[in-house]
Amino acid sequence: MSDLLLPPELRYADIIEKRKNEDGSELSILNLGPTHPATHGIFQNILLMDGERIVEGEGTVGYIHRAFEKIAENRPFYQITPLTDRMNYCSSPINNMGWWMTLEKALNIEVPKRAQYLRVIVMELARIADHIICNSVLGVDTGALTGFLYVFQYREKIYEIYEEICGARLTTNMGRIGGFERDWSPLAFEKLNILLEEFPPIWQEFENLLARNRIFMDRTIDVGPISAEKAISYGFTGPNLRAAGVDYDIRVMQPYSSYEDFEFDIPVGKSGDTYDRFCVRNAEVWESLKIIKQALAKLPEGPYHADVPDYYLPPKDEVYHNMEALIYHFKIVMGEVPVPVTEVYHPVEGGNGELGFYLVTNGSRTPYRLHFRRPCFIYYQAFNEMVKGQMLSDAIATLSSLNVIAGELDA
Amino acid sequence: MSDSKIITNAPAPEGIQGEGFFAGKLSDVVGMARANSLWPLPFATSCCGIEFMATMASHYDVARFGSERMSFSPRQADMLLVMGTIAKKMAPILRQVYEQMAEPRWVISVGACACSGGIFDTYSVLQGIDKIIPVDVYVPGCPPRPEQILDGIMRLQDLVRSESVRRRSSPEYTELLASYNIK
Amino acid sequence: MALETTTIQRSLNDHFESAVSDFQQIHDILTFEVDSEQIAKVMTFLRDDATLRFNFLTDLCGMHFPDADPSRQFSVVYHMHNWVDNVRIRIKCFLPAENPTIDTVSNIFLSANWQERETYDFYGIIFKGHPQLKRILNMDEMTSFPMRKEFPLEDGGRTDKDDRFFGRTTDNR
Repeated sequence: MSDLLLPPELRYADIIEKRKNEDGSELSILNLGPTHPATHGIFQNILLMDGERIVEGEGTVGYIHRAFEKIAENRPFYQITPLTDRMNYCSSPINNMGWWMTLEKALNIEVPKRAQYLRVIVMELARIADHIICNSVLGVDTGALTGFLYVFQYREKIYEIYEEICGARLTTNMGRIGGFERDWSPLAFEKLNILLEEFPPIWQEFENLLARNRIFMDRTIDVGPISAEKAISYGFTGPNLRAAGVDYDIRVMQPYSSYEDFEFDIPVGKSGDTYDRFCVRNAEVWESLKIIKQALAKLPEGPYHADVPDYYLPPKDEVYHNMEALIYHFKIVMGEVPVPVTEVYHPVEGGNGELGFYLVTNGSRTPYRLHFRRPCFIYYQAFNEMVKGQMLSDAIATLSSLNVIAGELDA
Repeated sequence: MSDSKIITNAPAPEGIQGEGFFAGKLSDVVGMARANSLWPLPFATSCCGIEFMATMASHYDVARFGSERMSFSPRQADMLLVMGTIAKKMAPILRQVYEQMAEPRWVISVGACACSGGIFDTYSVLQGIDKIIPVDVYVPGCPPRPEQILDGIMRLQDLVRSESVRRRSSPEYTELLASYNIK
Repeated sequence: MALETTTIQRSLNDHFESAVSDFQQIHDILTFEVDSEQIAKVMTFLRDDATLRFNFLTDLCGMHFPDADPSRQFSVVYHMHNWVDNVRIRIKCFLPAENPTIDTVSNIFLSANWQERETYDFYGIIFKGHPQLKRILNMDEMTSFPMRKEFPLEDGGRTDKDDRFFGRTTDNR
């Protein structure tokens, strides 16, 4: 049996036995998690410590494994959206839209421009909400609670916009195959305009509070760095990869939902450390605001969903009064819709990287196999290597800046 | 907002009041004190944890209800808030956290997953935390809105306020714990 | 697109002959099958070749086909991505029902490490040469492989939900 298959505490006990420091001090084992408050989510890391310094570590995940992929194999297509919500719950709309776009690709459905633009707006809002959490909590972990309390007010405002669009705050279950379930209300646009007006100065203030703050800089610069080559090999995507200096962004590489219509920059960092990740996310919020403004200005009139009666639930009013609509309603709800035998992979730029959906269908009402490419799961494996040789408190800041979401990690 | 009145003190419990004295039941006073200073232990695992973050942030501000101090150590906490899915792999840990809490302790199960497993009726998810620890208040929702979480905390305060000081040493309570195999 | 799919196909056919087969374009991704013995070699070639340059392993997952021929009941699906020319490919390897074993690619792409552990955890596919092949999401004590089709979604031992009241059987069919 290979050494690595042993539980880490046994392996480390051996190392402690063998290795004594010159001054007579010993190494020790520290169990970080799974309920540690600073880990934001439930990850366990068993660390071999030399005083305050991490010698080695091993992570255990799966504490919130909910068997998404197994459930997906047993549910009709439209019932899978609630699962995607609960994957990266900080930015549910991106997951929802990614899933609808995957289905639309499999079913060859063309989505009208208006719906595409609305999707872009809501996805960028979700990105802002995601980055607000990540960056403000990074502030909390380095000892600045104020920023968190301050910007969370505006996260609430984003939630209010979601509520206007779909009625839910966090797990949105938004949209339909081919577009949205209803057009956005004027109030949604009004709230969006208020947000666009009020949020930038707040975010600027938040940035001023931390970005050139000596304490914050000392706590984050050169903490948990990763080189670009390592990051690519470890499968990093999203802001964490961009912080290492690689300008890989699905929105530009493979534009979906009309991202090619908008002008925006991809912020990149240099050293891939915690500070760079913070700055990249900050800058991305500005880019997202830019995209939303452009999308609002260019928002075309027209239908908000594709004309696909086979897949798009008819309006309730028609279901009650119209035979055709009732039949379609039944067929869709019971999952008796024609599905071609095919396989698709569709990536979207999620809050923390390339969120991919690999869907294999066999013509039945449920997917034959649905695999989620969950960015957190893939890049979290680099964590223990990134914090090797660092202080324990740096490990917390690194974990926080990687924005690992337990729900996405454990599926 | 000029006509809103800020109430700073809780209503006095039942008793006889006069010039310079107040006579009432000890359990009422203890209950009142306990109810207004519940120290929460947030055991957040998933989506509901994010809603709890909203609850404790500025907009909803759970501190207004006497839960100012988040206690991340189970030993100094009164109220265990279990938020999110508890997988079977996590169950022994939740139980250990509960066992580490000192009496009196209360549990709020926040969200459908913690109450019943929610939509995750799967091989890996514990179908409700009441399988392993006793629960005082269930908050439904997937996830519940912050208002609902606050409401759950207020319902718990009602329970705490009316709880007898002797309850924790009563045979019924011992029996309840024994049924969960908790010492 | 600078890198044509025909170039990929020709180059692979030249190097690996019959080990690569069944090329088809499914939606936007070129899909082909690789002999499971050769996967590590093919992947190294795809990564290091000067024209192909598939520098990124996007995704790795398993699949189970209980109704297929016993020699092709499991498959491992790899998605690779060339960032320079922005081309994606999908590689499939089929494995037998008895003792599904394939070479690890975790020494070629570090990101494969946990993804292979996950695939092992779900399907029981053994990745030869993997440094730490143990369960990752499920409990170590678990003996079955939950993503195999015969494994029921719901826990058979649960008592809170009586299937009779939901009008269904445990495997929800």
